[in-house]
Amino acid sequence: MAATSLTNEEIGRYSRHLIMPEVGVEGQLKLKNAKVLLIGTGGLGAPVAMYLAAAGVGKLGLVDFDTVDVSNLQRQVIHGTKDVGKKKVDSAEESMKDINPLIEIVKYEVPLTSANALEILKEYDIVADGTDNFPTRFLVNDACVLLGIPNVYASIFRFEGQATVFCKDDGPCYRCLYPEPPPPGLVPSCAEGGVLGILPGVVGLIQATEVIKLILGAGQPLQGRLMLYDALSMKFRELKIRRNPECQGKCTVIKELIDYQQFCGVPHEEAPLPAPVSSTDITPKEVKQLIDANADFTLIDVREVHEYQICKIDKAQLIPLGELPRRLAELDKEADIVIHCKMGGRSAKACDLLRASGFSKVRNMTGGILAWSDTVDPSVPKY
Amino acid sequence: MPKILIPTPLRQFAEKKDSVEVDGSTVGEVLAALTAAYPDMKKNLFNDEGKLRSFVNVYVNDEDIRFLEKDKTAVAAADTISIVPSIAGGK
Repeated sequence: MAATSLTNEEIGRYSRHLIMPEVGVEGQLKLKNAKVLLIGTGGLGAPVAMYLAAAGVGKLGLVDFDTVDVSNLQRQVIHGTKDVGKKKVDSAEESMKDINPLIEIVKYEVPLTSANALEILKEYDIVADGTDNFPTRFLVNDACVLLGIPNVYASIFRFEGQATVFCKDDGPCYRCLYPEPPPPGLVPSCAEGGVLGILPGVVGLIQATEVIKLILGAGQPLQGRLMLYDALSMKFRELKIRRNPECQGKCTVIKELIDYQQFCGVPHEEAPLPAPVSSTDITPKEVKQLIDANADFTLIDVREVHEYQICKIDKAQLIPLGELPRRLAELDKEADIVIHCKMGGRSAKACDLLRASGFSKVRNMTGGILAWSDTVDPSVPKY
Repeated sequence: MPKILIPTPLRQFAEKKDSVEVDGSTVGEVLAALTAAYPDMKKNLFNDEGKLRSFVNVYVNDEDIRFLEKDKTAVAAADTISIVPSIAGGK
């Protein structure tokens, strides 16, 4: 089945590769015969997909069940304004086909799960993981270990990126680097913490570079080394990743795919949301009623100053979550307190903190200021 | 004094600094000095039993302390200690 020659059209298209002895016709044929699966077509997946398509990787699989949102466009350059609302895999395919119609694109518009991961991954030679959550990170890693497929890994946060190659030959895997995920809430996601729009471009192309090198068998793969990139200081650093000493020769940790939501302490998405709202929760509409009734209560916004500058609820007093422990003295322990943030996560933590410090009447505004915008005041911009 | 590099997610607990110099001759001492200076950092680095959390790695220069002598790993004044938590962002 493997192609043994390039068409004249391909020779023209890939000429800058063909005239380099490190690639040449032989290397271009390796690219043409390669099958690479991209998990996620977001920030990292966008540059990876575009450049691997351009480079002539013969078969590219895309796993994503998300749709394009306008807030994606600041960094996910594979999608455009006209694509808002479209399935990401469709929008990505359109861009890739425009860049290079000579390659095959396979779309998987599903969430990757323990039930389908092995079936999907086994069709590919290399996986590039650009997902945005810990359960999928561990799932992709474990499936790659079980199938013996290299996992070209990258992750990003604000101004910082990490990249490496896992599961290549007898090299380390994600669990050798991090045996366990953080408990939910302790490590913020890009949606909560933000990400510099160009960061996934730089880090994604490190990923794409490693994919190409693995296909060509060229150079030194980023294996056993964790590349750290800090955009602010414009520094690259490298740390050693060693294989778990108990796994020499064969992995002793991963036997089969497990329930990764449970492993990462994340409640099941398909599980019905708890219907009875906790008595310590309050909806934005109810908060609005309290304000309209001139009720005596304190509304605290625990977001950061720069978020407060984007939008705010007039009555709210800003005390960023990180400053709250030091500023408890500003608050009255007997007062009726309502706390809000962007989506409700940080305010829940703030409620716990206040209760642990002896505040008795503390409520969390569910859904944060985004829900306030949706249900009370649409003039408040959503970010 | 050894220098500790603070990763982005933890800078909010260290007055937004990206590096801190603290006294200590072992990793354990250096991290204790760090959390003494910035108490909010403690729960992000250590679990309730006082052990380093398993999603936070610590390196002396480029070597993971799990493959050296863990918190007893010696550090010299010229060493750089990196705290590297796992991050999952990709979108």
